[in-house]
Amino acid sequence: MKQLMTGNEAVARGAWEAGVRVVSAYPGTPSTEITENAARYAEIYAEWSPNEKVALEVGIGASVAGGRALTAMKHVGVNVAADPLFTVAYTGVTGGLVLVSADDPGMHSSQNEQDNRHFGRAAKIPVLEPSDSQEAKDFTIAAFALSEEYDTPVMLRITTRVAHSRSLVELGARSERPLPPYVKDARKYVMIPAYARPRHAAVEARLTALGELAETTPLNRVERGEDKSVGIVTGGIAYQYVKETQPGASVLKLGLAFPLPRRKITEFARSVKRLYVVEELEDFWEGYLRAWGLPVRGKEIFPWTGELQPEVLTAALAAETETEAGSRPSSPPVTVAAAEPPARPPVLCPGCPHRGLFYVLSKMRLTVAGDIGCYTLGCLEPLNALDTTICMGASIGAAIGMEKTRGPEFAQKLVAVIGDSTFIHSGITGLIDAVYNKTRTTLLILDNRTTGMTGHQDNPVTGRTLQGEKYREIDLTQLCRAVGVDRVTTVDPFDLKLMEQTLRAELAAAEPSVVIARRKCALIDREAARPPLVVDQTKCNGCFRCMRLGCPCLSRQEKKAVIAGQCIGCGLCSQVCAPGAIGSAGEAGETL
Amino acid sequence: MNNILIAGVGGQGTILAGRILAAVILEAGYDLKVSELHGMAQRGGSVVTQARWGERVFSPIVARGEADVVLAFEKLEALRWLPWLRPGGQMLVNDQRIDPMPVVTGAAAYPEDIPALLTAADAAITVCDGYALARRAGSPKAVNMVLLGLLSRHLEFSAAAWEDAIRQAGPEKYLPANLAAFCLGSAGQ
Repeated sequence: MKQLMTGNEAVARGAWEAGVRVVSAYPGTPSTEITENAARYAEIYAEWSPNEKVALEVGIGASVAGGRALTAMKHVGVNVAADPLFTVAYTGVTGGLVLVSADDPGMHSSQNEQDNRHFGRAAKIPVLEPSDSQEAKDFTIAAFALSEEYDTPVMLRITTRVAHSRSLVELGARSERPLPPYVKDARKYVMIPAYARPRHAAVEARLTALGELAETTPLNRVERGEDKSVGIVTGGIAYQYVKETQPGASVLKLGLAFPLPRRKITEFARSVKRLYVVEELEDFWEGYLRAWGLPVRGKEIFPWTGELQPEVLTAALAAETETEAGSRPSSPPVTVAAAEPPARPPVLCPGCPHRGLFYVLSKMRLTVAGDIGCYTLGCLEPLNALDTTICMGASIGAAIGMEKTRGPEFAQKLVAVIGDSTFIHSGITGLIDAVYNKTRTTLLILDNRTTGMTGHQDNPVTGRTLQGEKYREIDLTQLCRAVGVDRVTTVDPFDLKLMEQTLRAELAAAEPSVVIARRKCALIDREAARPPLVVDQTKCNGCFRCMRLGCPCLSRQEKKAVIAGQCIGCGLCSQVCAPGAIGSAGEAGETL
Repeated sequence: MNNILIAGVGGQGTILAGRILAAVILEAGYDLKVSELHGMAQRGGSVVTQARWGERVFSPIVARGEADVVLAFEKLEALRWLPWLRPGGQMLVNDQRIDPMPVVTGAAAYPEDIPALLTAADAAITVCDGYALARRAGSPKAVNMVLLGLLSRHLEFSAAAWEDAIRQAGPEKYLPANLAAFCLGSAGQ
């Protein structure tokens, strides 16, 4: 039976069919739905871990204990998990272990577009790269077999277009895998230098063996086209673009993205007149072909940056073969003689508890070290409230570095801003540094009771598991006090006056302080919605102070503000409206 | 090969519309790929669902200049995705304006008279007041159903197939309004 599935659903299905017992992850676009779907299978224990490093360690433990385990994360999550990854590459596995790296070419929802095939090579583990949902499932199953046969963790690298595209998948049954008896094997799993040295030798031997496998595995295949002159080495989503736009070309599809089959590629190169490598982002394969002295074209004509687009591929190859027939004619696109339409960047939702807070930060002209989450959107106009966003948890360390560089006076106008889930992920260690090294850091924890940007996952602060079971909530106040912060206050971010007063007091304090801005995300707070507000057009003086909130419900009409769209009556605009023109129908708002 | 883009603003219901379209295509026995975006883009940003079907589909995304139909839930998004339309393709536009933040802040202007701009291009354009029709159908939220109805006029699938897919996509209590909205959209009035 065939079913339409996203790549992420298919990975989860593949894990289930492969008899996986444990799935662990930290949410991150485009990987999140793998774990959410895995959690729906009763035979799988699935968890949100506090961060990707812990997630991979949970996967490693499951493997050592003899079960098959899959750990999923977005590409930058692998940076966090790199420490266990590089050593589990030495120990190898007992139960099969698969790390899914969901890369985001084009940065649809990420801070960079690193190509994690490099990680596979650096850790010396095999990398499998599916190009649609069927392969996402099949390659997941193949990855487990490979993992156990070669005693290695395996990386399954997917990209946004594979993760979030739906295509047809043939479903199979689950193959149950009874747990083997637990056998202690310290020489394999205790990586002291004396035990690690022989394991490194084993890694090198394994890589050689995997290179041999690459020559014969059906994961790598040649598809001969009518056009014997053009040969294209490709894989992943780029394979689909090649098949779509170059139906006649001969293709060597690399399903095993690392290590590479040198003899197979060399033989393919010799069988064609012109050889291309088509890969998204880095010249990962092309570099090998060049090192082997093969005459290849790649990054001279294809982009280094962004998502590969089929039309870019078509244009680049057409330019190469301009005088020859065979390439598909493409008509000029339909356009109008008008300027580029204004961009539509994402915005904080109507009723978002972060909005008022950034309004206050912006109004107070503070330097703001930001972090990763919905609140990163506070950087955009008109709030324009962030100075930095680097990676998960970086806000606090960045604020400490700024303070130590520019001194305490600068620190009196400096805050770090982090979400509840991100604080647990990797903010707590930064806060420990802030206390330990005698800073006057002011940290704002935006506790909206969920992991918002990735689609509302629970986390240790909500105390609900991935399965929705309520257990123990982490008490952020107690946690901050426990690491040595004496000044911890909780405020409602919708109370703009109190928020500003609190910030002034904490910025003045010559010691670390934490302000917890607690209000449920508007999208999950069922009680939040109130009747939409209206602007009394006779009272509106056109000052547009309300526009500085960056609310998508407010717009300008005839030099007055109007409210339209999905207003949920949060009341921020009425708080900032000087003439008191905004309220629920017929009622004036309170002014700030 | 059939190529369709459903463009809109995050939160407008383009993803659900894409899922219903996918169900209809699947029922007809085609190979199919649908691509959508999640995460940051969904927060009120410009979003697009791409659907491609035929005997065998490779790429999950539509190349510029190759969409048979662009179904735009918002006027500015119609303009944005116009270059994806093939010459002679159908541009179906919901007559709704949602100001993006650069317009709200005054940093950019919302283009005047987008339907006229679109008409000047080499495309067949249909403008539909989805909100008015949805309200007439009994649910202002059923704009996406009106627009699917409009789309159905340009596709080969039967009314029964659409009805089945709509029935399976949402809760029973919204069904009468959703079906009424779809019918108004497909009747074009």
